[in-house]
Amino acid sequence: MNDGALEWREEIFAALKAAEIRQVGYVPDAGHARLIELCRADPTIRAVPLTSEEEGVALLAGAWLGGQRGTLLMQSSGVGNCINMLSMTKTCRFPLTMLVTMRGEWAEFNPWQVPMGSRTQAALELCDVLVYRVDRPEDAAETVAAALDIAFNGDLATAVLLSQRLIGAKRWVK
Amino acid sequence: MTANETRLDRRVAIRTLLENRGDLLLVTGLGSTTWDAASVADDDRNFYLWGAMGAAAMVGLGLAIAQPDRRVLVVTGDGEMLMGLGSLATIGVQRPPNLAIAVFDNGHYGETGMQASHTADAVALAGVARACGFKETFDITDERGLRDFAARLHNSASSLFARVVIRADEPPRVLPPRDGVLLKNRFRRAIGADT
Repeated sequence: MNDGALEWREEIFAALKAAEIRQVGYVPDAGHARLIELCRADPTIRAVPLTSEEEGVALLAGAWLGGQRGTLLMQSSGVGNCINMLSMTKTCRFPLTMLVTMRGEWAEFNPWQVPMGSRTQAALELCDVLVYRVDRPEDAAETVAAALDIAFNGDLATAVLLSQRLIGAKRWVK
Repeated sequence: MTANETRLDRRVAIRTLLENRGDLLLVTGLGSTTWDAASVADDDRNFYLWGAMGAAAMVGLGLAIAQPDRRVLVVTGDGEMLMGLGSLATIGVQRPPNLAIAVFDNGHYGETGMQASHTADAVALAGVARACGFKETFDITDERGLRDFAARLHNSASSLFARVVIRADEPPRVLPPRDGVLLKNRFRRAIGADT
């Protein structure tokens, strides 16, 4: 919180609420930690921890079949786990919005994060997912709201990449 | 899978599960279980996976959470379940009371040339489900067990998991529609979720 203003992660949560999101699939992630807390604490949202991100793509397909809207929270490494599941999203035109915290692109300490992080956007675009990037905190909520709108209005797959510069590089030595 | 287990006919098994389906919602996994469901009757409340191997149980979970007043049955094969084994852990944590998973286990990958699956050797799927938190699991080898499960899935208080032991054969294929958008939209319309 800064001077009573909502922190950008809380603004994203407000955007999820405004879009009537009822199911949130997530793989635990430091960048999404606050948003996950908010989702878990909300009685109108079923927050579902996943063992792998691809489960979430299938979860939200089922949610939509049952008339509920959902979203997925993951780290950039998890995008790679979703690739074949996205074939269902495309073939059936399931609406989908993935909120992706980026690793491996800005002051990254761990080189093992770089191969997936540096190809996250390209991989998503190869799967016909519309990709939006957020580098500034003031753009975060508006971008998430826009991605949710276009996904649910058009039965389209979208992803919002929350840049590593925005989130802050992980501190390895405290 | 032990060699001396009796085995059910898969088409008889699917008919038994769907005999008194009421308003049951059905999700089937890629491959033979989709043909099995179609062999009983095509139904707008069937969502057939023609791809996305490993997705069936999780589609069932999302649907069961979204439709708490209806029963959801996932019928899939051992190979499809093995590809999404982690989803049993995820469902074991959620355990919606209206979700049941039935795995037709023939110990083989029927669609790719009948290669042996992991369940033919070392992996006991009902044991996996139990270890993942499912409170009620079933190893079903006869018609009576199947009937008990078919009744149970309409009044359970927690997610159910059944391994249905079937013969490794290939009955004639019955193909349902494969247009994903059609399957999605007609399903939503049939349950009034398209508003």
